[in-house]
Amino acid sequence: MGIVVSGLCHSYGKGTMARQVLQDVDLRIDPGEVVLLTGPSGCGKTTLLTLVGALRQVQQGSVRVLGQELAGAGRASRQRLRRRIGMIFQGHNLLRCLSAEQNVQMGADLLPGLSYRARRDLARQWLRAVGLGDHLGKLPHDLSGGQKQRVAIARALAAEPQLLLADEPTAALDSRSGRDVVELLRSLAREQGCAVLMVTHDPRILDVADRLLRMEDGRLSESVPEAVG
Amino acid sequence: MAWRIWQGRRIPLAWLMLTRQPVRLAVALAGIAFAGILMFMQLGFRDGLFDASVTVHRQFDADLVLMSPRTMSSIGMASFPRRRLVQAMADPAVRGITPVNWGLLLWRNPDSRINRSILTIGFEPGDPLFLDPALAAQAEGLTMKGRVLFDERSRAEFGPIAERFRAGEVVETEVAGTRVRVAGLLNLGPSFGADGNMITSRDTFLELSPGTPPGSIELGLIRLLPDADPETVAQRLQRQLPPDVTVFTKAGFEEFEKTYWRTSTAIGFIFTLGAAMGFVVGCVIVYQILSSDVSDHLPEYATLMAMGYPLPSLLRVVGREGLLLAVLGYLPAYAAGLGLYALVRSGTNLPVFMNLDRALVVLVMILVMCLASSALAMRRLADADPAEIF
Repeated sequence: MGIVVSGLCHSYGKGTMARQVLQDVDLRIDPGEVVLLTGPSGCGKTTLLTLVGALRQVQQGSVRVLGQELAGAGRASRQRLRRRIGMIFQGHNLLRCLSAEQNVQMGADLLPGLSYRARRDLARQWLRAVGLGDHLGKLPHDLSGGQKQRVAIARALAAEPQLLLADEPTAALDSRSGRDVVELLRSLAREQGCAVLMVTHDPRILDVADRLLRMEDGRLSESVPEAVG
Repeated sequence: MAWRIWQGRRIPLAWLMLTRQPVRLAVALAGIAFAGILMFMQLGFRDGLFDASVTVHRQFDADLVLMSPRTMSSIGMASFPRRRLVQAMADPAVRGITPVNWGLLLWRNPDSRINRSILTIGFEPGDPLFLDPALAAQAEGLTMKGRVLFDERSRAEFGPIAERFRAGEVVETEVAGTRVRVAGLLNLGPSFGADGNMITSRDTFLELSPGTPPGSIELGLIRLLPDADPETVAQRLQRQLPPDVTVFTKAGFEEFEKTYWRTSTAIGFIFTLGAAMGFVVGCVIVYQILSSDVSDHLPEYATLMAMGYPLPSLLRVVGREGLLLAVLGYLPAYAAGLGLYALVRSGTNLPVFMNLDRALVVLVMILVMCLASSALAMRRLADADPAEIF
């Protein structure tokens, strides 16, 4: 289980215009592990994330996520796999027309066989877990940036994922709430035994990682946390 | 089963997307309601005009009607021998008959002296003619020669006949060159073929229209016994009588006249085209609203796809939005339609009423309009690429 990537190459464009963004990437993340991925912008971090998240077709190499090989996997099987992967985006991406509770329930609704009431209770439980028990009925519009990102975390976790992918979850937040959000993310992921792969530029949160990876020009290298901090 | 469905229900995403943007929803509903009102009006006018072509036909106290096969419409009635009507009397189901003369004659406006075509009906004053008992009460006045009953709802171009008659004056004018005197007023209303109506005795009719042989009539009204089936008797009479008459039921007689106006004039086409315009305008409005709604929510749809929601479930959200818009837009259109019909009735004397057929036709048109628009708007969802939102 977890993630096993080997010999992954990816390029955009065709023929002479082709631009290689990932070159021979190998990666392994075990369940319960929190891995941070850093690197200059445009180095292919986000591409790696979308490939691991089953959002993009694998071109070359092997990507095994939660025991399923993604190379050659069709649209439908990728969509089914995505139900088991939680995603947290840079710009929270909440549904504007839904309240905090309803947004989280959109995550819980993916769980099969639960009654409406059970899914709603699950949503409330997760909102309380991220400290927003008093803001159940508020629209995203009425929440602060940190609160919105915490709703997004609750939404991702409400679907009980075995893998959590996050793309710069602290980018829009000040340092204090950014730190809170990441620590919350880590402790909740630990409880669930859920692997976490987080792309970040934020040097203040690097110490939450079990492991730190660095990507440059499409190549991945292990880096020692002390050296970056 | 019902409980299982209730338990499995989801957040009503389509409803929330629409209602959390009240301004856009109001614009959409106004557009749909406008299209619906346009369709109600055009179809109402069309049916109203066709109904108006039989205002007099409807009045006849008859179960079956005999006409010459050469008659195409009320503005060109051919005659047939009165004997045929008497022959029909031999059928055991027939209770009574009324021979009727029908023709367009020239009425001279007593003030301007301008001649105008008026529908003239001639009958034996003792016979039943109309369902409305108001005529029978005045029929006695027609037994004297040269007396007519004038329809007070005839167009004003015939002169201020009703006003003068009510004021107690003796109202006289010329019809087809012969002097006549108004002996009473009727309430019928103009139709397609005639701007005005008048009723007189057969004797006076024959005098006004000397070309008509005394033994020929244009219409033969037949009343049946209460337990007789008009359809069956009509078929029986048609078989027994010579081919110089056609037997209609009363409904068939009205339909024959309406069909003439429907098929040989542009009226039906014009108003149907008007209704189609309403449909097209509605389609454009709903498509604009729905497709910009989908575009605005594209990142949110992409997020849902990234979370693992399958594309068909998102297409259903757009479809449901279309369905909701249709239902919510139809209600004000129906209410406004009722109000406008009342306005048209009081303003034009046209018999325009809301009926189930038209209410359903407009509902179906609005449903098709909204669902087709949402199907087109769904194509935009194909642009939602979950890989692009990171």
